[in-house]
Amino acid sequence: MTQRNRLTSGGRIDRSTSLTFTYNGKSYQGYKGDTLASAMLANGIDVVARSFKYSRPRGIVAAGAEEPNAVLQLGATEATQVPNVRATQQELFDGLVSSATNGWPSVDTDVMGMIGKLGGKMMPPGFYYKTFMFPESSWETYESMIRKAAGMGRAPRETDPDTYDSINQHCDVMVVGAGPAGLAAALTAARGGARVIIADEQNELGGSLLNSVALLDGKPAADWVHDVVQELGTFEDVTLLPRSTVNGYHDHNFLTIHERQTDHLADSAPAKMVRQRMHRVRAKWVVLATGAHERPLVYANNDVPGCMITGAVSAYINRYGVVPGNDLVVMTTNDYGYQAALDWADAGRNVVAIVDTRSVANGDRVEAARQRGINVITGSAVIEVQGSKRVTGVSVAALNSSGTQIVGSVTKLKADTVATSGGWSPVIHLSCHTGSRPVWSDSVVGFLPGPTVQRQLTAGGINGQYETAIALQEGLDAGQQALVKLGLAVVNVILPKTKALHVAAPMSLFHIPHLKPTSQAPKQFVDYQTDVTAAGIEIACREGFEAIEHVKRYTAMGFGTDQGKLGNINGMAVAAKALNKTIPETGTTVFRPNYTPIAFGAIIGRHCGALFEPERYTAMHKWHVEQGALFEDVGQWKRPWYFPKAGETMQQTLNRECLAVRNSVGILDASTLGKIDIQGKDAREFLGRVYSNAWAKLAVGKCRYGLMCGEDGMVFDDGVTACLGENHFLMTTTTGGAAHVYEWLEIYHQTEWPELEVYFNTVTDHWSTATITGPNSRKLLAELTESDVTNDDFRFMDWKQITVAGVPARVFRISFTGELSFEINVQANYGMYVWEKLIEAGKKYDLTPYGTETMHILRAEKGFIIAGQDTDGSVHPYDLGMGWCVSNQKPFSYIGKRGMNRSDCTRENRKQLVGLKTKDPKQVIPEGSAAVLNPNAPKPLSIEGHISSSYWSESLGHSIAMGFIKGGLDKMGDTVYYPMADGTVIEAEICSPIFFDPKGERQNV
Amino acid sequence: MQKYSGFGLFKHSLTHHENWQRVWRNPAPKKKYDVIIIGGGGHGLATAYYLAKEHGITNVAVLEKGHLGGGNACRNTTIVRSNYLWDESAALYEHSMQLWEGLSQELNYNVMFSQRGVYHTCHTLQDMRTNERLVAANCLQGIDNEMVDAEQLQKEIPTMDCSKNARYPIMGASVQRRAGNARHDAVAWGYARAADALGVDLIQNCEVIDMEINDGKITGVKTKQYGMIKADRVGCVVAGNSGVLAKMAGFELPVESHPLQALVSEPIKPFLDTVVMSNHVHGYMSQSDKGDLVIGAGIDGWVGYGQRGSYGIIEHTIQAIVEMFPCTSRVRMNRQWGGIVDACPDASPIISETPIKNLFFNCGWGTGGFKGTPGSGNLFAHTLADGKPHPIAEPFSIKRFHTGALIDEHGAAGVAH
Amino acid sequence: MLHIYCPHCAEYREEEEFHCAGQAHIARPLDPEACSDEEWGEYLFFRKNPRGLHHELWVHAAGCRKFFNLTRDTQSYEIKEVYMIGEQPSVVAGSVQQTTASGAKS
Repeated sequence: MTQRNRLTSGGRIDRSTSLTFTYNGKSYQGYKGDTLASAMLANGIDVVARSFKYSRPRGIVAAGAEEPNAVLQLGATEATQVPNVRATQQELFDGLVSSATNGWPSVDTDVMGMIGKLGGKMMPPGFYYKTFMFPESSWETYESMIRKAAGMGRAPRETDPDTYDSINQHCDVMVVGAGPAGLAAALTAARGGARVIIADEQNELGGSLLNSVALLDGKPAADWVHDVVQELGTFEDVTLLPRSTVNGYHDHNFLTIHERQTDHLADSAPAKMVRQRMHRVRAKWVVLATGAHERPLVYANNDVPGCMITGAVSAYINRYGVVPGNDLVVMTTNDYGYQAALDWADAGRNVVAIVDTRSVANGDRVEAARQRGINVITGSAVIEVQGSKRVTGVSVAALNSSGTQIVGSVTKLKADTVATSGGWSPVIHLSCHTGSRPVWSDSVVGFLPGPTVQRQLTAGGINGQYETAIALQEGLDAGQQALVKLGLAVVNVILPKTKALHVAAPMSLFHIPHLKPTSQAPKQFVDYQTDVTAAGIEIACREGFEAIEHVKRYTAMGFGTDQGKLGNINGMAVAAKALNKTIPETGTTVFRPNYTPIAFGAIIGRHCGALFEPERYTAMHKWHVEQGALFEDVGQWKRPWYFPKAGETMQQTLNRECLAVRNSVGILDASTLGKIDIQGKDAREFLGRVYSNAWAKLAVGKCRYGLMCGEDGMVFDDGVTACLGENHFLMTTTTGGAAHVYEWLEIYHQTEWPELEVYFNTVTDHWSTATITGPNSRKLLAELTESDVTNDDFRFMDWKQITVAGVPARVFRISFTGELSFEINVQANYGMYVWEKLIEAGKKYDLTPYGTETMHILRAEKGFIIAGQDTDGSVHPYDLGMGWCVSNQKPFSYIGKRGMNRSDCTRENRKQLVGLKTKDPKQVIPEGSAAVLNPNAPKPLSIEGHISSSYWSESLGHSIAMGFIKGGLDKMGDTVYYPMADGTVIEAEICSPIFFDPKGERQNV
Repeated sequence: MQKYSGFGLFKHSLTHHENWQRVWRNPAPKKKYDVIIIGGGGHGLATAYYLAKEHGITNVAVLEKGHLGGGNACRNTTIVRSNYLWDESAALYEHSMQLWEGLSQELNYNVMFSQRGVYHTCHTLQDMRTNERLVAANCLQGIDNEMVDAEQLQKEIPTMDCSKNARYPIMGASVQRRAGNARHDAVAWGYARAADALGVDLIQNCEVIDMEINDGKITGVKTKQYGMIKADRVGCVVAGNSGVLAKMAGFELPVESHPLQALVSEPIKPFLDTVVMSNHVHGYMSQSDKGDLVIGAGIDGWVGYGQRGSYGIIEHTIQAIVEMFPCTSRVRMNRQWGGIVDACPDASPIISETPIKNLFFNCGWGTGGFKGTPGSGNLFAHTLADGKPHPIAEPFSIKRFHTGALIDEHGAAGVAH
Repeated sequence: MLHIYCPHCAEYREEEEFHCAGQAHIARPLDPEACSDEEWGEYLFFRKNPRGLHHELWVHAAGCRKFFNLTRDTQSYEIKEVYMIGEQPSVVAGSVQQTTASGAKS
């Protein structure tokens, strides 16, 4: 039996199931039902961490979420490493591998500990603000040293093997916490017919009752818990969530619950199970029954392993059958602290003394201790602890009545465990999350939930009510209130009877004085994890950091992974004393989500990897993949970028694809272009208002290109719109802009011009579009249709409803390449069929599939813009040289008209889109390059403009570029310079952006 | 001012740190000041410091509703860079960057300015074009910025997934190596201490509830705690409250206040020694000296003064981070919080005269205020001292929203397109 | 996360389905050409941005795609009312007790 602190009976552990775990490479045994912390204590492990700043040895202090020290690295393999797991919340499983996160060579013998001892005096709060400044260049060296020493656990370097998910839940009543108050509330609400979720962070419901020896109806409290949980389980509309922490309480009663489904089973989730799950809950009413956290007292060397809080001592004894030491001294400001001594004595170990800071103590628990013959020393305190890796003794001295000074002599007692209780702090974290400011209560000696606009009720410990009977009653009341608010009939629940104990008033004391002033006394820790001491807080106050937020930030109090659950109130008390203020006068302490940390994986659920964002495919996607296309991400779409053949470089592919179009025929999958169906008698009028050009005379069967501007006159999208019928149009948009354009149309229709009769529908996915372009495109089309597609009958900018390959198709004779082109739109279900027919029929014309890159080159040869590439929100149609696409004759002041006439938009020297021809025709100017007039001038240089599109044109045998130049439209023939990163300069001549077929003859044949 | 140094620390350790001086006084306000600065955040404190230091104007009060540096100064994700696109912005942020370099020494307060580099990752061809344009512009503006390809990026940031497996594979990145981050609290405190030492009155817990305006000219402000305080000139630097103060003065601003959320992981051992930002997948991350991964989220799309936003933003942000750094899946999120950012339509700030004579506004920094702190304070001090804007600040006038001469960094970043 | 009642669908739905389109009741000037640059700039960019009650335009983007207005407290995030385009709000500043600026943390 190596579990030397394990009791032979009692507790909620299963002694028949022995589990093996390792800590720092050494193997230990524990039992099913243990937490890692209880198993470590059972095995007599004292040191579980080295502290952050001073590298002091640290032991387990608490038994739950408030634990600051026992924060370990878990994981048996590289991929399953989890940093910073709180041992008090980690259930033991067979094969668990854990280690301390700091300490070299080990947590027991740590070299840094020496530095902490020697250098600790040099590290008051904020010391880093005051030094490491000289010489100026040295900060980076200092910083890398600081960073290596900081941090706690480590992230894995391999990908997480586990999956996570999230689930949306709705309920009438969300009960947070399953202690006496929460269970009573849930039971009441459930019996009243409400849809209830009750969640608790522990492995079983019951809360504090699981740690308690109190009797309910004369039976162990756990029996009542068992009965209630069983009954709750019979309701169809009640969801019980153990191992589930309500981590965030957001606006409009939205709560997030983090459920650990497999962390108690194994290192990594068993097959077909998710490791963790987030419940995203929308609750009509919330009952916060979150209980309270005990506060340790602040005294000299209070961080030596063996210093604990009293409630934790009781929990380890009663729940886990573990007595974490042999000789106990209790120090308390209240009656509840006595329970630890009673439990300790019941476990058969030695209670050295109970030191009560109150001069008079007469509550029932006090009397019980006295009757047991325990040495109760009143009006005194433990002022200092002896020992380094474990408590060896304590110094006790009498206090004055306010607890501010030591009076009388010091007595030394031998002990290995010190349990302290400075009272309890209501767990108000969740109530703060929605912006409610907590309110200080002198009678509770703690903060209570503040006023809130959420539909929130509270019960039990969160209200400062720690007696089981009152907590039960408050839970019942909250359950009934919720039923009333929900309009359900109120039901009654007969609560179990408890023995009413007389509880005497607690003393408001946080910081125990020492013989020496705080600045000279041994360290008195306030926040263990961040190594904040009472002396440190006093220094901060002395230096002028007087607001509690300043104190916290200057000292780092509350910034640990426990978020100051144990220390914040004590720290406020120390600051208040230093500033001669009351605690509420120093401010409040506000908590933010999360209550306890949550794995990133759980928060994102399935939205990772391939499901990070869905991929959108066209109907012909499979064909593109089979042809070896490379893809470009455009919005969520996967578009073929280019179709390389074996052995080709990218440029060779592009050259081949471009030449194929110019010389014969190419085919492009254009399905991703946004398509909006517009109908209604005022559709035409509407188009005239949202496009910059005229639409009044567009005949049925005709298409027109349009520019869309914002009210500021700046171009944001473009596309071709076809007149399908007198009151029926099909608008196309850019691939990435489709959703925005659609909402744009709707907002104007619904909010500005509801009198216009017009309807919009996005039909992007309804159609597949195959664009065939090149001199042979008509011949190819003719092979697959009976209809007349000759130039006489099917003019440029016409569209026709015909049959292609036997499939009804809308064919648009529009061109983005400058070649004779047909855009064949068929129902998406036929897309692949028609595409394959075109490919087959095209063989004799060397039909060449091409992707977005060739499309870009071909359009740039023609000087056609791409919205988003050749626009950036700062250019209007005239800047683009597209005044031809603006109609100022329209009676209605279309969107953009007023904007593009503002003074800055009509000034001289605006950046304008031009073509650029390099002096060396072989040189391609990199896109993004910036133009200057004199490359030899000193920096900073004034930038004349930038290159927005630039390519090698195989058809022309030279490079082409489009770009912006200040006043460029009036500078044709001028030379500009593009300095490169390598120091070279590319010289280019400003020219028309239309490089190929300037008269536009080829598309008109 | 008590000088800080390693030796000083040692000396004080001998007397148990009992003799440190106050970092700033706690004065009661005078009846009248030459200049009142409303808002004791980083920008306001920097403004006060430079007014005193560079313009010799020391009869200055900073009025702070709560405590110094308690707003966005302590809520941001501390990124400092100057690689902005347009000449106007580049000049502004580079002015700031040059003040960052050497700020610790200037203030005798270690603001922990860490030039660890800031990367903008590119996930699409459009991203690449946008960043290449930025790099080219910066090179001519005299601002360091360079492109790195995915292979090189993987070497420089080993924990990031630069493979082709990602949903939006990283194609490359631009990196400004002089950029980095700094300790946000220290910046506010360092400026406060230095301003106080030069005679500036820092008045905490002093809320401005009205302005005294006669004939279109401001002559003082009314405070909740101290009544009327007169001033020749008033500068308003109250991110998160600009609209409220403007309403007091009787005008509206081209500004909307939105929640901006951020979060940190638990502290972990060194994982990322630079700053990574992605406009495409919408997330950015650095690691603090304490070990926390500091992660920025996007702004909520609605006006909100509650210093909290919607949970969905947090989810999306962490999705982006895990997409880029798959190894963080088992790392745990510790804490989230929100600030209130005053955003202008063109994502550039306002440093400007207002319709009220002698009243000046410095606002609208959006999500980029922290990096601008020294430059903003320096230029605003100039504006307050001269009564007219510094040439670098001139393009950032409110008037640009009338003429149309916007400085659209938003559009240029390719975010809206 | 906001819980929003869509008046068109007559249901509460999650914020994720909606998109805020900014301040409500900004009418496009009927005669833009008659506006000065200042007036056009005010229409385009200048906003009330209140701390307290705010009237906003929202769209049920992933639902019925219809726009509507709502009145929301920008401090507490409480939604006070939802109303149709063309209607005027019934909850306006001064009509109910409001959170004052002083109630907020700086």
